[in-house]
Amino acid sequence: MIPVTWYMMLSAAIFCIGIFGFIARRNVIIMFISIELMLNAVNINLVAMSHYLQDMRGQILVFFIIAVAAAEAAIGLAIIISLFRNRATVHVDEIKEMEG
Amino acid sequence: MLNLIIILVKIAVVISIALLHVAYASYFERKVIGHMQVRMGPMEVGWHGLLQPIADGIKLLFKEDIIPANADRHVFMIAPMICFFGAMSSIVVVPFFGSFKIGAYTVGGSLADLNIGLLFILAMSSLGAYGVILSGWASNSKYAFLGSLRSSAQVISYEVAMGLSLIGVIMLSGSLNLSDIVEAQASAWPLGWYAVPQFPGFAIFCIAALAETNRTPFDLPEAESELVAGYFAEYSGFRFALFFMAEYMGMFIMAAVAVACFLGGWNPVPGLGWIFPPGVWWFLVKVYVLFFIYFWVRSTLPRYRYDQLMALGWKFMIPISLANIILTGLWKVVF
Amino acid sequence: MLPKLFFFYFAAMITGLSVLVVTRKNPVHSVLWMLLLFFNIAGLYLFLNAEMIAIIQVIVYAGAILVLFLFVVLLLDLKKEIAGEQYTDIWSIAVSLVAGLFLLVIITFQAFEIADSEPVMLSDLGQPDAIGRMLYTEYLFPFEITSVILLVAIIGAIVLAKRKLKE
Repeated sequence: MIPVTWYMMLSAAIFCIGIFGFIARRNVIIMFISIELMLNAVNINLVAMSHYLQDMRGQILVFFIIAVAAAEAAIGLAIIISLFRNRATVHVDEIKEMEG
Repeated sequence: MLNLIIILVKIAVVISIALLHVAYASYFERKVIGHMQVRMGPMEVGWHGLLQPIADGIKLLFKEDIIPANADRHVFMIAPMICFFGAMSSIVVVPFFGSFKIGAYTVGGSLADLNIGLLFILAMSSLGAYGVILSGWASNSKYAFLGSLRSSAQVISYEVAMGLSLIGVIMLSGSLNLSDIVEAQASAWPLGWYAVPQFPGFAIFCIAALAETNRTPFDLPEAESELVAGYFAEYSGFRFALFFMAEYMGMFIMAAVAVACFLGGWNPVPGLGWIFPPGVWWFLVKVYVLFFIYFWVRSTLPRYRYDQLMALGWKFMIPISLANIILTGLWKVVF
Repeated sequence: MLPKLFFFYFAAMITGLSVLVVTRKNPVHSVLWMLLLFFNIAGLYLFLNAEMIAIIQVIVYAGAILVLFLFVVLLLDLKKEIAGEQYTDIWSIAVSLVAGLFLLVIITFQAFEIADSEPVMLSDLGQPDAIGRMLYTEYLFPFEITSVILLVAIIGAIVLAKRKLKE
């Protein structure tokens, strides 16, 4: 039997990689992919817990997270498209119109 | 250990039969279209051209494999494999015949009798979009890219209609397992095959299957007269053959799903059970009838315009399949 | 032994692929590695008896969301992207922050243990009908809210991405 903490460590590792991608990359799309990575890390954790507690609620939560991730991706990518159309860049550090 | 060997043998048999089938489906297509246009079709190699597919295969294998200089080499090489893998892996859950027992060992009718078989097929067929988009992008050619953009938009839109059209069947049979769906149609005799009570679903599935496999009248992605050959314009030799096989495997999978979900799978046509008992032959006969309809449609209908294609998908097929789901639900509540 | 082997395979693949995803210069390659990553995660779900979630992972994440990403990536100017600098100025801070966070989490996990109650083994854990039954009874309200969220997302995406018609 694999200890449940191993799954939690795997999930933590992926979550940390996601955070790194979100902070360190300039490309907005990679930042979005990093967010998806973090959501997946959470999902792994929930499914593992659902297996170890023999409780379906974890999987139901994953279901909702995936639905919300789909909504988030649609809106986020629409924002990226309109951003690219107006500014011709997808680099976060070049977008600073709102600077005080 | 014995189980493992049996599984490997089954996989080998099914894959080799499927590949041979792909070759002879192309022969069948050329013959059917030839005769519909009052030509003979392939006649040169073998008796009535029977060895033509093998000659074609050998030719494609030995052709030079050209990779354009400005292409993204790795993606260019991976794209046809994704297409082929997506099409081939679906065959795992196709139910060819009902499971039966030899001694203590049960012979399953499909390679893997998954509880989520239908969803597995939908998941794998959505992989085809990757192969198409990536091949168009990686070729670094305008025609290929236009073809791939068209194709991916088309595949994604019709996938929705296809998935929705199958929900009625899932609701009636109460299962996602393809063998269970076939069994449910055998027992529900008064209405028989789901093609009867689910007629709108069946019609939409057939149209969406044509669009999913990029067949005429929805062959915009590879329209020769507009786009040279669409997304695989830059491919040659064996990589082209992979796309070709993926397309025919896709047709086979779509026909197999239609047969299993709407036409009673391996069970005989009602009233004709005395000719042959239920079995794989009935399955293949039904699949080949559907293939004939594919070719028939190809030689009859002209190509759609792009905006018409999108309008048909989004404004006509999706609303109808949604209405079909609601009606099926009401039917389940009332009866 | 065999379960551990499986777990290590999936863990190594998933971690390695996530690193590849966030470090590739070409976003198309990132998306492709992400595709492979999603398949590996689906494999891990199968390993944890979550058939339905595994197949949803492939259909929704790999089949829909990632195709959307690929579409948007292809619309961008990739040549400029590949030529330019890929990391922000604060990437070194990011590395130390993430390493610190990971260490903290690992240390905290040492004290973690799962509740001792004897779990009843569910025979239908992760089966589509069981999940469906739960979604339509206990979680009916959140389920309906999800549909509203998706509707809002559809409308929002169209409004944002639609080109303004020239007068």
